[in-house]
Amino acid sequence: MGTLNTEPNIARPDDFYARLLAAHEGKSKAESDAINARLVLILSNHIGDAEVLDQALTLAAQS
Amino acid sequence: MLQDRYKLAYKVYPYERSADQDKPDAVRHPVVIVGGGPIGIATAIDLGQQGIATLVLDDHEGIGMGSRAICFAKRCLEVADRYGCGEPMLHKGVVWNLGKVFHKDDKVFEFNLLPEQGHKYPAFINLQQPYFEKYMVDRLRALQAEGAPVEIRGKNRVDALEVKDDHVVLDVMTPDGPYKVEADWLIACDGASSPLRTMLGHEFTGKVFQDSFLIADIKMKGDLKFPTERWFWFEPSHGQGASTLLHKQPDDVWRVDFQIGWDVDRKEEMKEENIRRRLDAFLGKVDYEMVWSSIYTFQCKRMDSFRHGRVFFAGDAAHQVSPFGARGANSGMQDVDNLGWKLGLVIQGKAPERLLDSYSEERIFGADENILNSTRSTDFITPKSEISKIFRDAVLSLAGKATFARPLVNSGRLSVPCVYDGLSLNGPDALAGGPARTRVGAPMVDAPVDGAWLLEKLGGRFQLMTIDADAPETLDVDGIAVTRLALSAKGNPELAERYLGEARSAVYLMRPDQHVAARWDQFDADAVRDAVNTATGRT
Repeated sequence: MGTLNTEPNIARPDDFYARLLAAHEGKSKAESDAINARLVLILSNHIGDAEVLDQALTLAAQS
Repeated sequence: MLQDRYKLAYKVYPYERSADQDKPDAVRHPVVIVGGGPIGIATAIDLGQQGIATLVLDDHEGIGMGSRAICFAKRCLEVADRYGCGEPMLHKGVVWNLGKVFHKDDKVFEFNLLPEQGHKYPAFINLQQPYFEKYMVDRLRALQAEGAPVEIRGKNRVDALEVKDDHVVLDVMTPDGPYKVEADWLIACDGASSPLRTMLGHEFTGKVFQDSFLIADIKMKGDLKFPTERWFWFEPSHGQGASTLLHKQPDDVWRVDFQIGWDVDRKEEMKEENIRRRLDAFLGKVDYEMVWSSIYTFQCKRMDSFRHGRVFFAGDAAHQVSPFGARGANSGMQDVDNLGWKLGLVIQGKAPERLLDSYSEERIFGADENILNSTRSTDFITPKSEISKIFRDAVLSLAGKATFARPLVNSGRLSVPCVYDGLSLNGPDALAGGPARTRVGAPMVDAPVDGAWLLEKLGGRFQLMTIDADAPETLDVDGIAVTRLALSAKGNPELAERYLGEARSAVYLMRPDQHVAARWDQFDADAVRDAVNTATGRT
């Protein structure tokens, strides 16, 4: 059972951020929503660990 | 007056004047069942097989027309087998294993129920409900012919009831006018809109879903046949519904189920030309005959308690689920399986009344599991919000490309039997290395034994199943006889895998409903005694 890593873990953050935005470039709102939803599912499956996912959901739900 | 609410498929219990109607005082019966549907008839068979006098009252004279429930699960068939009517169901039913899921026009994936070998009954059969009911009524008639004290009275409608501390008084209407009947115990099996539940003012709470479904059962003409598979479309491109289901039934009949939305004009949609318009868009140019059609909406609800003193509720009267997953009639049969032996022991004076509270405890546990699964399926099939639809569509679009998304696709989680984990009748689970699937609280898993089936040898009484272990042939626990079924796992890999696991020997205490009450590696008389007492509410 794991713990959500909330420390910096992405080597080149600006590059990643740019690629994230690039994936949405020229997309309609509906297309973007679909990309985001698929991304959440893909990454969630990759993580797999229910405790980590729960911690991520809790953190994400805080506004 | 007694107006029929539906047409009959089989008029199997026509009205006959009963001697009770000519008596000055109400006649008392040990058990009265209200409702002659599948759950009511099954209850009468269970009690009849125990020799307990049982009277069924139904406001019609037989079995209603229309396919209705079509998907009967393994555990339900095993219960029917214990009641002596499982084999005709299996013989008539369509066995299917393959399911395909489509999104728009593309097949997203398929699943195979991959039947495990060594079971008398398959995971599912499809069978029109009237056949299911007919085989049970036939069995009830056979029991009557053998002298079982069971009776069905058609066109006997309960109009009012009065619940006393130790009995119930019923006002019954017949074509010859009203009369009164008394019952020591009353079982309401009068369906989802249960008039008895309403008369007694019991709450029925839960969620109503804002969607409706159009069912069309059609018989194909000519050579075109679909395979014996379950096909489910999300957002089919024919546009006739947000989802569509196609499933085979016996007699070359196919069930087509269109999800048509909440704001529909039911009367308009039910016109044959409008149903045919949808079917033609879906099927293309084929010739078919319409056998039955209906529009349904659904809810996931249950009562707070399935026992109220001398009155029990069973089947849809006690709990209602969406049809996705085939958890309606299948769970109702598990209610009966659970209630029958407990009421039998209490009526025979062998167990205290509080055993009957465990019916509510165990079957509410089952109902909650069914409601949870059925609600989740419904949330996937008919997403309630924009974001819920976005995620649903994301799952469907990924499922074709990435296998991880397939378990998230939910077109109905098909009925599996309930395991009564951690409930009050359970005894010790003291078989180190024993398989999880036959743990305490679980229903027995079938296995081949000496050229026959294990489940045929069990049920209807408390039994000790010993596998490569010693035990006396019979044991009397304060009036409850426990008989032994001695087996060996040598040369029987299915039995070893399903009941021993890593253990070398096992002793299972089985309840009359074929659920595991306790298990050990060796026989111990005191431990068995304690477990029987726990399983019958005596301690």
